[in-house]
Amino acid sequence: MTTKYALRRLGFVSAAVVAIATTPALARDLTIVGWGGATQDAQREAYFKPFAEKEGTKVLEDSWDGGYGVLQSKVSAGTPNWDLVQVEAEELVLGCADGIYEKLDWEQIGPKEDFLDESVSDCGVGALTSSTGLAYDSEKWPDGPKSWADFWDLKKYPGKRALRKGPKYTIEFALLADGVKREELYEVMSTPEGIDRAFKKLEELGPNLIWWEAGAQPIQLLASGEVAMTASYNGRIANVNKKEGKKFVFVWPGNVTATDSWVILKGSENKAAAMKAIAFMSQPEPEVKMAELITYGLPSKKAAAMVPAEISKDLPTDPKNLAEAVPLNIEFWIDNNESLTKRFNAWLAAR
Amino acid sequence: MTARLWNRKTRAALLILPLALFIGIFFVWPLGIMVKQSVLDDAVLHLLPRTTEAIAGWDRTAPPTEAMQAALIADLRAADDEKAVGDMVRRLNSAQSGYRTLMTKTLSAVAKPETGPLLTDVDKRWAQPAFWIAIADALEPMTDRYLLAAVDLERNKAGEIAGLPDGASANRTIFIRTFWIAAVVTFFCVLIGYPYALLTAASTGITRTILLTAVLLPLWTSLLVRTAAWFILLQEQGLINGFLLSMGAISSPLPLIFNRTGVVIAMTHVLLPLMVLPIYSVLLTIPTNLMPAATSLGAHPLRAFLHVLLPLSLRGVISGALLVFMTAVGYYITPALVGGAGDQMISSVIAFYSTQTANWSMASALGIVLLVITLILYVVYVQLSGRTSVNGRM
Amino acid sequence: MVDYHIRLDGVTKTFGALRVVDNLRLDIVRGEFLSLLGPSGSGKTTILMMLAGFQDATEGTIYVDGHMINDIPSHRRNMGVVFQSYALFPHMTVAQNVAFPLKMRGVGRAEIDARVNRALDMVQLAALSERRPAQLSGGQQQRVALARALVFEPGVVLMDEPLGALDKQLREQMQLDIRELHGRLGLTIVFVTHDQSEALTMSDRIAVFNKGLIEQIDTPRMIYDHPATRFVAEFIGETNLMEGEIAGREGGEALIRLDSGGMLRVRDRAEFDAGRRVLATVRPEKVELSEAPAAINSIPVAVTDSIYQGDHLRVQLQGPGQRLVARRDRRAAEWTPGAKINATFAPEDCWVIVP
Ligand SMILES: Nc1ncnc2c1ncn2[C@@H]1O[C@H](COP(=O)(O)OP(=O)(O)OP(=O)(O)O)[C@@H](O)[C@H]1O
Ligand SMILES: [Mg+2]
Repeated sequence: MTTKYALRRLGFVSAAVVAIATTPALARDLTIVGWGGATQDAQREAYFKPFAEKEGTKVLEDSWDGGYGVLQSKVSAGTPNWDLVQVEAEELVLGCADGIYEKLDWEQIGPKEDFLDESVSDCGVGALTSSTGLAYDSEKWPDGPKSWADFWDLKKYPGKRALRKGPKYTIEFALLADGVKREELYEVMSTPEGIDRAFKKLEELGPNLIWWEAGAQPIQLLASGEVAMTASYNGRIANVNKKEGKKFVFVWPGNVTATDSWVILKGSENKAAAMKAIAFMSQPEPEVKMAELITYGLPSKKAAAMVPAEISKDLPTDPKNLAEAVPLNIEFWIDNNESLTKRFNAWLAAR
Repeated sequence: MTARLWNRKTRAALLILPLALFIGIFFVWPLGIMVKQSVLDDAVLHLLPRTTEAIAGWDRTAPPTEAMQAALIADLRAADDEKAVGDMVRRLNSAQSGYRTLMTKTLSAVAKPETGPLLTDVDKRWAQPAFWIAIADALEPMTDRYLLAAVDLERNKAGEIAGLPDGASANRTIFIRTFWIAAVVTFFCVLIGYPYALLTAASTGITRTILLTAVLLPLWTSLLVRTAAWFILLQEQGLINGFLLSMGAISSPLPLIFNRTGVVIAMTHVLLPLMVLPIYSVLLTIPTNLMPAATSLGAHPLRAFLHVLLPLSLRGVISGALLVFMTAVGYYITPALVGGAGDQMISSVIAFYSTQTANWSMASALGIVLLVITLILYVVYVQLSGRTSVNGRM
Repeated sequence: MVDYHIRLDGVTKTFGALRVVDNLRLDIVRGEFLSLLGPSGSGKTTILMMLAGFQDATEGTIYVDGHMINDIPSHRRNMGVVFQSYALFPHMTVAQNVAFPLKMRGVGRAEIDARVNRALDMVQLAALSERRPAQLSGGQQQRVALARALVFEPGVVLMDEPLGALDKQLREQMQLDIRELHGRLGLTIVFVTHDQSEALTMSDRIAVFNKGLIEQIDTPRMIYDHPATRFVAEFIGETNLMEGEIAGREGGEALIRLDSGGMLRVRDRAEFDAGRRVLATVRPEKVELSEAPAAINSIPVAVTDSIYQGDHLRVQLQGPGQRLVARRDRRAAEWTPGAKINATFAPEDCWVIVP
């Protein structure tokens, strides 16, 4: 029975392959690649659909989970099958230096002063600003944790904690919990002693510390009560509160913000359309719509000014929230990610 | 006569041509590339010919000479291939953290004609020998540093092979862990899969279909659905713990997920079909009258099983075990999702180097070490199982 | 005391609604060669499986030497079984296969070797003892299976169509071999076959099965010459059947008035009342053909075909209201189709069956 099925499938696949091989190459529609999930759903409503309507074209979508190597190999393979990609800040800087992105035409986008500093670069324009911070379930802790120091307070808040597996954010949070001031954070991290101190701090949590890798996991962990608190993305928390009526709280003090950008892969066959899409997505109106759908910070200052207050208060780029945030130091992580990941893995393995 | 022979040979050759092409393109060639990637080290050499000359006489401890700095500036000015520069920077940064930002700054500085002749004016890090040593170490076209690093070794200052300092890297631990987890999973797959295959082969009609479907199900469901299912089952407030607690069998929840137990349970679940199916198909080829024959000859059913069914089905167990083990060795998403901190497997390290940092050399080196160890284990396994299953060949 | 070796008493086997063996009573005498003969699906294998202990009887009791064995598991019944497809262990050599039952019985190494050698000598396979079954011909495998079933000296050997897969020549050779072994070792053999000539050559007695019931159990000669039922008469060999009724008796012979007209004289074994409906049967080789009608038992026929069959001629005849077949020596006169002749036979070659 299964063999027959497999054979049939094989037949189908080979037929498909033949069909593909014999069809003359058609021009691919503009392909936009986001990070999937609720965020991309929002982007579809706020950006992709209106853009496609306005231009009378089709937009293809794909999603990915990041990874500079993915983009690098796509570009070096020749014509990439993605055009417009939402990348993290480090990928932006690395790829811009390596020349795997097209340079943007800011004439089409607008005056650079209209955008937050992190949203402006030769190769990319901001897509959204997100915060990574402490989150907990207020139904479990009416008087919940307020800082990373509380995250480490096993007496007051017993139970497991979850952090994103990897050195990024983890080292920041550990040092913040250990009393390092926000302004001095990356200075401390630049010294070997600072890194040692962070790992020592992590040791304190012992077996109470577990790790997540996919963005959906912390929500699951909180919802099931498996952990008392976790690091999470602010947008995910707001989204699950809205959609599932949860009472999760995102703690703004000590959150780390990072800005994703839109880039066009070098050699894109839809470069012009991609540029148009970037210009469209950088307009205030669609950005405001985006903020209504999901609580991520907006690159356009004009848009930020137009967002109603009750939405704005949940955005990472809200001045009040920003005042308590640490902007992720991209340069630090570009230099140190590989060596710290190696060390992080070694540390995990030794535990 | 000879013409016919030739004809037949050509026909045979034509028949296997697709196979040969396939193996060549999808196996030998990538393997060759992987080997090349893991030892090739010309990203820096290509772009810095002048620096290579200038650095030749340098003693690796003194501050960089003016000539070296001028040569580097000249080389960087001459470099016009952005991607090649990117490769060089990535190579240097993986040897010496900080090169990324240093190079970005330096490259934009040397783009201006007034910069020079001293790089130390651009960034004072250029005064540190470490950054120049990184260049000096990257000038041999071939290197064993990646292969060494893959097993936590390096060349010390004297050029001898030495272990990396403690806490710097854990590849060896992770390799051992990978093979250990694979072995444990294989063991449980045999333990559960063999009786399961027996049962399936012995059943008929709808029962057999249900049993086969049940074991194939994990292959048909997506990773996310499976993960969610494990989560519901295994977590502290999960079904299994809930059941055991309510039965009074345990007083506090067992830790079943985010640890090795969870990894083994989940991987055994996914890989079980790879064990059951080969055993099942071998069992089907065993004539049904052999067991009655054995009992009629005076063998207790258990001894009949040990002397007849087991040796005859060992072929299936051996290939099933091989399939499960080899597949398990390559796993990393499942352990990442249901495992704990100490359950990372080597493929996740490889994935990190390839998809995250684009350090193809390191990824290739780890891949080759994995391949070599796996091949060695395979040879040992074939030797061992060959000896025990001599009787199992039909 | 017990005059039988194996007794089946009211043994019934059902699969769901299907009655495969129906209230079977059968005594098997010690040392006899009993064939179970019957068409496919008549339940022969099932009986053997119940004897060997591979299947349980739904009802009834099986005795061996006066002891009920229903609850004794297969491996303790001490019966040698030879399967239709031999069931040799493919992963063992010939010698290991034959040694298997001895090994299971904990026989010592040296004795195993001696007995295996003896058993292989007996079936003339000593030279092939280190081969594996896959390297043997069908007949050789068959002999290994035989040696394996005999080496532990079981009192009973059950054989399920053991010669079915062999070609004619080999089959006949094996028939003689088995027959010879049976005589030499004094075994009780239950032999399943659906080849009637095999059953006739080999057996002391034959039990003819039909739909789970025994139609007749008797010596080959009786079964062939004096079939008890129409089924047996038709199943064993070829026969001519003529319907009619008893018209009376005369000098130890019954008179039968055929439905097709004419009168037959039959030397029958029992008294039948006049008017009773019967079948008269006569084997083709007993039918004489002549141009002139005989005094008694003469039926006018027309030759429809005359077929050369090597050692004999098969003559197809059309009589009044029925077909007949005669088997003639090939030196006898050839009858051309269409010839009008007479078929005759002696009263003692004719047999009466009550339908
Ligand atoms: N396990 C079973 N389940 C259901 N029916 C069965 C089973 N085994 C046998 N039968 C049925 O019982 C009947 C007798 O089967 P058996 O094998 O005894 O026949 P047989 O006389 O040996 O025939 P053959 O000469 O073809 O071997 C057949 O109709 C068969 O389909
Ligand atoms: Mg049968």
